[in-house]
Order: sequence, then structure tokens, then C-alpha cells
Amino acid sequence: MTLAQQVLQQLINGIALGSVYALIALGYTMVYGIIRLINFAHGEVFMIGAFAGYFIITLFNIPIVPTLILAMAFCALIGIVMERLAYKPLRNAPRIAALMTAVGLSNLFQNLMVYFKAVGASPKAFPRVIDISRYEVMQDVYLTSDKILTLVVAVLLMVALQYIVHNTKMGKAMRAVSQDKDAAQLMGINVNTTISFTFALGSALAAAGGILYAVSYGKIIYNMGSMPGLKAFVSAVLGGIGSIPGAVVGGMILGITENAISAAGYSMLRDAVAFAILIIILLIKPAGIFGKNVREKV
Amino acid sequence: MMLKIENLHVYYDAIHAIKGVTLNVQEGEIVSLIGANGAGKTTILRTISGLERAKEGSIEFMGSKLTDMSAPEIVKLGISHVPEGRRVFTSMSVLENLELGAYLSQNKQSRDKNLEKVFEHFPRLYERRQQLAGTLSGGEQQMLAMGRALMSRPKLMMLDEPSMGLAPILVRQIFDIIKEIHKQGTTILLIEQNANMALSIADRAYVLETGKIVMSGSAKEIMQSEDIKNAYLGGAVHGS
Ligand SMILES: Nc1ncnc2c1ncn2[C@@H]1O[C@H](COP(=O)(O)OP(=O)(O)O)[C@@H](O)[C@H]1O
Ligand SMILES: [Mg+2]
Repeated sequence: MTLAQQVLQQLINGIALGSVYALIALGYTMVYGIIRLINFAHGEVFMIGAFAGYFIITLFNIPIVPTLILAMAFCALIGIVMERLAYKPLRNAPRIAALMTAVGLSNLFQNLMVYFKAVGASPKAFPRVIDISRYEVMQDVYLTSDKILTLVVAVLLMVALQYIVHNTKMGKAMRAVSQDKDAAQLMGINVNTTISFTFALGSALAAAGGILYAVSYGKIIYNMGSMPGLKAFVSAVLGGIGSIPGAVVGGMILGITENAISAAGYSMLRDAVAFAILIIILLIKPAGIFGKNVREKV
Repeated sequence: MMLKIENLHVYYDAIHAIKGVTLNVQEGEIVSLIGANGAGKTTILRTISGLERAKEGSIEFMGSKLTDMSAPEIVKLGISHVPEGRRVFTSMSVLENLELGAYLSQNKQSRDKNLEKVFEHFPRLYERRQQLAGTLSGGEQQMLAMGRALMSRPKLMMLDEPSMGLAPILVRQIFDIIKEIHKQGTTILLIEQNANMALSIADRAYVLETGKIVMSGSAKEIMQSEDIKNAYLGGAVHGS
């Protein structure tokens, strides 16, 4: 295999992994945009999405697309309930209170999953919903069907999200509330509904990410959301937290970097590099790639 | 009476910002509320709009009690509020800002008609309709904030210091447009530190000092009061 072929292969793998990070990062960034909260429980929504997919497939034995839709709807609901119960009461509290709640929720979700007998603490094999076949796109460069699924679903969801945010009434309300809550209310926009909608949207995307990840890796476990969740958070910060294109670009960069490092034979450093990236951005360009130099409102 | 505020008290935690304000606006009037920085003018408007909560007292608009209503419900009743500092959505286009002003309107036809009307008042906004609101000048942003507020076809339009930070020629232009909007049937509640300008177009006025109304009457009476001349009009009326 030539170097060029190897680079191309790792690029494909990196983009597929990056798409999953991007799907999770979108939720981080949208929620941050609207209530200035890093929802550290978001990685757990990704995990719950994967388990929802697992149960839907094992119970109803339905194909991947309806499974995705049902799991996304379920996690959208989880997102709404999480915001209503845990974050809404803290909306006017100091930011650190909501942040600590997020960390607590993340632990709570993981422990609850272990508590459910059907989930438990040991890994479960994710059902084979699609045939994993390999296509040779060029000599020695392969595309597997799970990667194709990941790319197609991720692109479709991102296009749908773009459409929702820019062309629907709810999307416009989201952008208005993100920019100026008071002014949005003066337009007649219901801020609570808009925040719920944002959580629903972000959680649905995380659920899709969870299932795609599970299809690729074949295994799911109660703490599977921690690492991808943190990496998606780094992606969102890298892209510029609050920026939707930023989350996508950040996710891709992280996925590609991670694969490049593994391919170069340093896979033990894979996770460390993500955090090195975080530290470097925070030092050099804290606003991220697409971030404006945000003025903190007083 | 269109708007009836009685014995209004508003607090920010321990700060007693509004201390028993009573104020009325009749349909068809231009009423001005003047007072120095920090007197509580913005707080009163924000409380009418449902952005702050009254601790005591009542606010009624055409028979509906506003004090327990949410901001969107209040907009629906026909009150629109041009906030202090304009507060346009800077990363959205002029057109998107205006569309948001008609957020509660279901009828696309009437929305298009309103848009046309807003562009008649503000031809400049039509020229810049595709531009991001953040790239507009201060005067244009003020026009956009007013245009946006008109998109809901308000019965009562409340403006919070529309002249703030604008060059005198622009201030005159903005005030001419306020008069025009009023002539076409919208009642106006106007807050200003620029008392001269506000009193020149108002029918009646209230003077607010540290959360209390210290004087009210016809705009003419207030303009001629010695205290007011000294405190708010720089000692000279009409800039002679
Ligand atoms: N968000 C707030 N928190 C605490 N105090 C406030 C807040 N907004 C206004 N105030 C105080 O309330 C008083 C009235 O302010 P405001 O209504 O903004 O006055 P004006 O619009 O007449 O300048 C001032 O003493 C101001 O410091
Ligand atoms: Mg003010």
C-alpha cells in the first residue's frame, strides 16, 4: 500500500468518525448557544440513543432507518425532560450550579443504566442491522457499508438541521433566542418552548450518532458516551462553541486527527491528543475557528 | 383608557426601582415619560411588556390584566416595545428581523402587507433588506427596531429612548416617523432623556424621578414648568 492510499484510507475513516463527533457536537453547540450551558450529560444521551436502538432492534426487529427515527424521537423526549427538570429551575442561578448539575446528571444516567438489569455493566453486542460489506473504491482503499451509512445519515441530518435552523419558524426563533432572549420575547417568541425544541433537536442528533457508532463498533456499554462526548465537546470548542458549522468542522478535524495518529502507530496517544487540542485552542484562539470574539454580556 | 398603570412597584432583588407609579395612556395619544438616567423608565416599559414582574400594583391594557401574562401574550394583545439600545438581531438579515416582528401572525398575506407598509415608512430598510442587521448604522438599526415593532400591527407602540446616540438630524427624522406612525392610528408611549424633543411631539407627559412620578400634565404645561426647565431642558426651552 502506498502512502497516498494509506492517507486516503485514513481520511475516509477519519471523516466517518468525525461525522459521529459532529452529530454529538451539534447538540453541545446549540444548547450552549441558547442557554450558555455546557451540557456534560449530552454524551449520555448519545449512549441512551445507542441503547434505545439496541432495544428497538431486539424487540421489534425493524430495519435501521425506522430504528434511527424511533430512537431519535425517544432521545428528543429525554432531552426535553432533562431540560425541564434539571436545567430550567437553574436558569437564573449562577452558571456553575447548572454546570455541576450537568456533571451530576451524566453520572446519574450512567448509573441508572447499570441499575437496569437489561443493560447492566458489561458490554452488549449491538445487533447486526446492516450487512457489513467492503467496497474497494480505489486499489487498496476501502469503504465499508457502516461507514457509508454513517456518512449518508450524518449528511442528511446536517442538511435537515441547516434547513430547520434557517428556514423554519422554530429555527428562526432558536436563532433569535440565542442572540437576545429579551428581544426574542418582545417578538412574541416563547423562550421555554424554543429551549425545549433546541434540546430535542440536539438530543435527537446525539441519538443518531450513538446508533451509527454502535453499528460501526458493534458493542455498546453504559459508559460508552464519556469519551465520544468529551471529544465532541472538544470539537465544538475547536469549531467555536455556539457555531453550527463550527461543530461540523471541529468534529471532522478531530476525527481525522485521531485516525491519523492511530495510523501513525501512536494509538495510545489518540485520546490524549484530543485534549492537547483543547488546551491549545484555549490558549491560542479560545473563540474557536468560527467563533466571534464573543463579548460576555454583563 | 387604553393603558392603565396603578400603584406599580418593581424590585430588582433588594433595589426598589419603581415606587408606586400611576400612569395612563388614552387611545390615540402620544404620552411621553421623561426622567434622568436611572429614574426607572426602562423598568416601567419592561414591566408592561412582561420582561420584569411587578411586586405590587396593576397594569391593565384595554381591559386585560397584564401583570400575570407572559411577554408573548402581551404582544398578542397589541403592545409592541422598541427596546432601549435597539436590540436588533445583529447576525440576521434586515428582512429576517422584520419577519420575526410578525412572529405571531399566521396570515402570510397580511404579513406581506405589513412589510410593504414598513418599507414605506423606512425606504432605507428596503434597500438594505438582505444585509445583516449588525452592519447597519445606529440610525438604521433604530429604524429596523421600529419597523420590526410595527410588523405586529400594534395598537400601542412603546419606544425606549429612540434618540439615544443619534446625530440631531437623524433624531428629527426618527421623530417625524413616530409622528407619522401615530397619525396612522397607533397610540404611542415614548420614553426619552431628550425631553425637549419628546415634549415637542407629546400630548401629555409624566416626569419620573428615582422611581416616582413627580409631575404630570399636558406636554405644554410641563415644558413651561421652571423645575423641569432647570432639570431636564438645560434651562432653556426650544434651544432658543
Ligand atoms: N437588571 C437590573 N438589576 C439591578 N438593578 C437594575 C437593573 N436594571 C435597572 N436597575 C436599577 O433600577 C433603576 C432604574 O433603572 P432603569 O429602569 O434602567 O432606569 P432608566 O431607564 O430611567 O435609565 C436604576 O437604579 C438601575 O440601577
Ligand atoms: Mg433606560
